[in-house]
Amino acid sequence: MIKRLLSNDFPRSRVLVVLLLVILLALAFAPFIAPGVKALSVAAKILVFIVLVASFDLLLGYTGVVSFAHTMFFGIGAYGVAIASTRWGESGQSVLLGVALSLSLSFILALLVGLFSLRVRAIFFAMITLAVASAFQTLASQLSDFTGGEDGLSFKSPEWLSPSHSFLEAPIFGVPADGRLLCYYLLFFSALLLLLALLRIVNSPFGRVLQAIRENEFRAEAIGYRVVVYRTLSSVLSALFATLAGVMLALWLRYNGPDTSLSFEIMLDVLLIVVIGGMGTMYGAVIGAVLFIVAQSYLQDLLRIASEAASGLPWLAALLSPDRWLLWLGVMFVLSVYYFPAGIVGYLRARVAAKRGTIKVPTSATTK
Amino acid sequence: MIAQPRELESNLLSHAQTHPHPLPNPLLVLDDVHTHIGDYHILHGMNLRVPRGELTMLLGRNGAGKTTTLRTIMGLWQASAGRITFAGDDITAFTTTQIARRSIAYVPETMGIFSDLTVKENMLLAATQAKRASDMDNTRLKWIYALFPAVEKFWNYPAGKLSGGQKQMLAVARAIVEPRELLIIDEPSKGLAPAIIDNMIDAFAALKTQGVTILLVEQNINFAKRLGDTVAVMDNGRMLHAGTMQTFADNAELQHTLLGLSL
Amino acid sequence: MKPSNAGMHVGIDFDWKPLLLVPALALLALPLVGSPSTWLTLTAAGLAMGMIIFIIASGLTLVFGLMDVLNFGHGIFIATGAFVATSVLGFMGDWTGSQELWRNLLAVLAAMVVAMLVASAVAVAFERVLVRPVYGQHLKQILITMGGMIIGEELIKVIWGPQQIALSLPEALRGAVLLGDAAIEKFRLVAMVVGIAVFATLAWTLSRTKIGLLIRAGVENGEMVESLGYRIRRLFVGVFVAGSALAGLGGVMWGLYQQNVTPQMGAQVNVLIFIVIIIGGLGSTGGALIGALMVGLMANYTGFLAPKVALFSNIALMVAVLLWRPRGVYPVANR
Repeated sequence: MIKRLLSNDFPRSRVLVVLLLVILLALAFAPFIAPGVKALSVAAKILVFIVLVASFDLLLGYTGVVSFAHTMFFGIGAYGVAIASTRWGESGQSVLLGVALSLSLSFILALLVGLFSLRVRAIFFAMITLAVASAFQTLASQLSDFTGGEDGLSFKSPEWLSPSHSFLEAPIFGVPADGRLLCYYLLFFSALLLLLALLRIVNSPFGRVLQAIRENEFRAEAIGYRVVVYRTLSSVLSALFATLAGVMLALWLRYNGPDTSLSFEIMLDVLLIVVIGGMGTMYGAVIGAVLFIVAQSYLQDLLRIASEAASGLPWLAALLSPDRWLLWLGVMFVLSVYYFPAGIVGYLRARVAAKRGTIKVPTSATTK
Repeated sequence: MIAQPRELESNLLSHAQTHPHPLPNPLLVLDDVHTHIGDYHILHGMNLRVPRGELTMLLGRNGAGKTTTLRTIMGLWQASAGRITFAGDDITAFTTTQIARRSIAYVPETMGIFSDLTVKENMLLAATQAKRASDMDNTRLKWIYALFPAVEKFWNYPAGKLSGGQKQMLAVARAIVEPRELLIIDEPSKGLAPAIIDNMIDAFAALKTQGVTILLVEQNINFAKRLGDTVAVMDNGRMLHAGTMQTFADNAELQHTLLGLSL
Repeated sequence: MKPSNAGMHVGIDFDWKPLLLVPALALLALPLVGSPSTWLTLTAAGLAMGMIIFIIASGLTLVFGLMDVLNFGHGIFIATGAFVATSVLGFMGDWTGSQELWRNLLAVLAAMVVAMLVASAVAVAFERVLVRPVYGQHLKQILITMGGMIIGEELIKVIWGPQQIALSLPEALRGAVLLGDAAIEKFRLVAMVVGIAVFATLAWTLSRTKIGLLIRAGVENGEMVESLGYRIRRLFVGVFVAGSALAGLGGVMWGLYQQNVTPQMGAQVNVLIFIVIIIGGLGSTGGALIGALMVGLMANYTGFLAPKVALFSNIALMVAVLLWRPRGVYPVANR
């Protein structure tokens, strides 16, 4: 049964299995393990990013397409919920309507983007998506009537998801049984479902063709697979999942603005996570997201301590300042591109395979 | 009775090993050279002696490893074992640039023409001593024009516009625009009209009189008949037979077995 | 579509059509703007901005087209140049405060030279540490150079602080020159002159010197260039450093044009640069000039006519050009 659930795509490394189980349990019981606003926010953010990064992995790791427009779809999902809730009242129906509309918009845009990608070469495409995402972000902050501009939109979530709604009188294991709890578990089960769906997709015949295209586009076309169709489908699917991640984000935060979902920083974060975790593995998204977001949230505290310890040397203190956490993340990123080209998951799997003697050295999940 | 190919091959191998051919004064020596390309083991202990001032023809059927041998000599592929000696110096670990600077010119099978540059610019690049076009040796250029008219005719045209045969002419012209000690040439006569092939043969003959050593991979028989001094036949990444062209040309059976053709 | 030598080889069949794009765009805007004097001001501003963008973009297109290296971190050299300029000009405060033009110009020149030197030094390290290990692997190049830019941006914040710094023009370079009703800022004229000088130098180097030949040949077939006896690795590093130095120079000009510098300016200008080199064709210096001038003009015209769509207008421009020529106006022969 597990086999079918995971679509035959096992972690293939005992260490990985342990890590994944720990993460699964930690996330499943997060409200009870670490009560407190910050911890739960971190957990929720991890769930959102797992879906976001996994959807990006579908495009980058499995199809071999570099696109910087991913956050655009993330933003569309988040704005969909935000705008729908603001305009049509804060109910489950308006949220669903918003979701439906964002999915449609993402579908159309992803279709256009996917088709356009075949008119131009990969490098062009990457740069163009960068420009488009940038423009979209500017647009969102300029159409203030519609999107709330720079300030974004704050809204209330549907009644049953809001903190004021208590569905049980007594707290469960010390945690109040309110809408917030429900919201968290809505996110949790959505993330689980979406991740399993993605595993199913990449392990299907469709997924295999994507990988073939990634390895050798020319040959895939020669064998008879219409690369246009597959790439576009992959682009669309990836976008739709990203949109759903955006929905999850908006529901949790009850706010959305250009910096929350459309910023280039988020795109970079996604890129970092997918590389550190391991491209073309799906599990990489899970490991990477946990690692990255925990680091992001707690690294600053760590740096603060280090910076104070180094206060004798002002230049060192400046380098270790908690505001400069991105510097160290950048360094870690560069190091992982060098030394863990296949990411953590790839590395763990390669070690297992090396022990069995099936391959010689850790190979990158993608050739280029 | 004609010996079976395998038997003959191993006979020849053992003969070559116990009787290293007493060729005078080798300029280039390959000693038990192995080359791996990824997981593929292409050269299995290749031996080669290229005598100074002579034209050595490297023969063998397709896939024998001729191009690999040339590329290994030029350092484009690194030999995984064995030694390559040029004029007494060990060049096995040298980079391509270093090898080229030892006065070795290379014309690859793919010609290596720079399509975006004009014929003149291609020639200028090959003339490493010249800082600008006017520095190139005029007398030598005139000699090249006489051999390969297309080079003069299309002097200011982008080389990419030339036909296959004309590009071939340019490729060889580039190799000889300045004096070099050793020319390594991979199938220069492909796509050339017989008249031009004759010109090329004349060019090589002239170079030989100037003391240039040539290592040539060629399928064209005329080259062998008119120019070849030494012949080396290889298969499966190793040397099968090495000796004078005379010996080889006189032995029809040998030719037939090794190459399936007669000179 | 005939290949042309990076738009440099003006010889047998030179492709002149793309040259018309710039005047076409300018003329198209005239009726929309209305008043000729406003149009003149905007056009001058656009051309000046275009020149500055060209200076920055030329480095990137050279590096990619000729080395097949995707430097998504090119913006870091821009920012470095700009910040170095703030320090140099700050240091030479009495020269920039002076009314004498020659003192001002020398101060700016000093800033440009120092910026280029620092950018070159950074580039040497950048190439050695980040780029060299990933030659030939496009995906990794994108990732690593982006990582490099993040690190660089943070280091700038460490050295100069995270906030934006004002970069005012030297005294004698402020103000405008009047041509009838049109006012053309003095600094913009300086920018145009510098831009033309850079273009001329690049064009001459690429088509008339042996180094230029080597670069163009190396793009096509690096192996063959090595087989001829040239050290192509050194050449590539040289091109990378030169390209980054140009970005540094562009950064100085951009900072003076905007009158301030921020640590994020590299990332911001990056997007514009990419649009420019896509329009121009990866590897083409001539194409980069055309693309840059068009982008500069477009930014100024839309800034006047419809400010909200400024960035989008550039993307629309890019799409329009790509529909006409999918690989840019002057694609380098075989990429």
